[in-house]
Amino acid sequence: MITAVSAEALALDRAGRRLFEDLSFHLRPGEAIALTGPNGAGKTSLLRAIAGLLRPAAGQIRFASAQGPLEADEARASALHWLGSADGLKGSRTAAAELRFWSEWTGGPPVRLSGRGGPERSGREGAGLDPVLDAFGLSSQAHTEVRRLSTGQRRRLALARLLASFRPLWLLDEPLAPLDARWRTRVGEMMHAHLDEGGLIIAAVHDTLPIGARELRLESA
Amino acid sequence: MSARRPTPLLALFLRDMQLAWAGGGGPLLAGAFYLGVAALVPLSAGPSPERLAAMAPGLAWLVLAVASLLSLERLFEPDWEDGALDLLAQGRAPLAAVAAVKAAAHWCATGAPLALLAPAAAVALGAPVRIAGPMLAAALLGGLAFAYLGAIGAALSLGARRGGLLIAVLVLPLLVPPVIFGAAAVEAAALGGPWLPSLALLAAYALLAVAAAPFAAGAGLRNALG
Repeated sequence: MITAVSAEALALDRAGRRLFEDLSFHLRPGEAIALTGPNGAGKTSLLRAIAGLLRPAAGQIRFASAQGPLEADEARASALHWLGSADGLKGSRTAAAELRFWSEWTGGPPVRLSGRGGPERSGREGAGLDPVLDAFGLSSQAHTEVRRLSTGQRRRLALARLLASFRPLWLLDEPLAPLDARWRTRVGEMMHAHLDEGGLIIAAVHDTLPIGARELRLESA
Repeated sequence: MSARRPTPLLALFLRDMQLAWAGGGGPLLAGAFYLGVAALVPLSAGPSPERLAAMAPGLAWLVLAVASLLSLERLFEPDWEDGALDLLAQGRAPLAAVAAVKAAAHWCATGAPLALLAPAAAVALGAPVRIAGPMLAAALLGGLAFAYLGAIGAALSLGARRGGLLIAVLVLPLLVPPVIFGAAAVEAAALGGPWLPSLALLAAYALLAVAAAPFAAGAGLRNALG
């Protein structure tokens, strides 16, 4: 399990332009970083670099577990949830089928949701994904094709992947954008519970995150 | 983590099979294209039965190659456009395995049904019925080679944006051997000669493609993400 993510003297280029350089941060379990900054400052690019989808122009991104440093590829393959602005959901498949596929792909047991309390790590198999759909208010849409979901429902289905298998590091690009006030609060509670479990969150946002997050501001170069 | 969970790659295979058939998409379109071209041949080449019978095996084989390649063009593009490829890159399986499984699902969903049409089209155009067996075998093996080699082109064309035409030209030489071996097997069968040697060469080439192409396609996918 990942216990730390850090960047050292990181520089990123996009389309031949230097986005930022000499960026460093260190994130420990139970901590969250809110990436802020104007459009084009490189928030999404930084998330993509952490996820291994974009090669840094300079500097290092390191992952560590309690046992010591982790191989970056191994950490990304087993311990990281990616939520981009494009949700990767297929319009012709049902919400339940898509959630099941991504749960199998990311390979962990679903996070067990207990009553009013926050999510807990599932100790055993069997709860299935129904509680996860339920937690995101999608129970009655489980067998609806994704193309028939509203924008907010679709975003909630994308967010549900975070709980469909337990992975400690969440990388979120504008996670709350299309959600109404009620769902922002609910998702904020889920983020809280994840941090309480020792999870780590890095989120690019324009408005404030509903959790106590440290702000990392990117300025256009 | 229990044994009841299908492995991620099996889940990906089943998802792609379902996506291929949802809404009657790719496979039916490729099949309709195949039958459409086969039906137009007598109109363009003239209805003389002798002439058609002589051309039938080669034509059926050529149209199969074109239909396979047309349907392969968008093997990775939907996943790349809608962000699913970003998520697939965060799984335990490497991108080479993603490419291999997606090509295999494409072959099962589209290549195999096309292969079933090939002998029927050849016989309908006047080829002797005895070519049906060799034709089916050649079409199955040839479709496998087309699927995996086409995956390289499909992956590379993601990064190259408007370079689709260039990619087609680059991948084309790789498709020459299966077209030659397959056509040779089918022609030999039509003339009543030994068709197994050509089919064995086709099989060897298809297996080589299955073994090697996923690594090139996986590298192309990684490049497209960056």
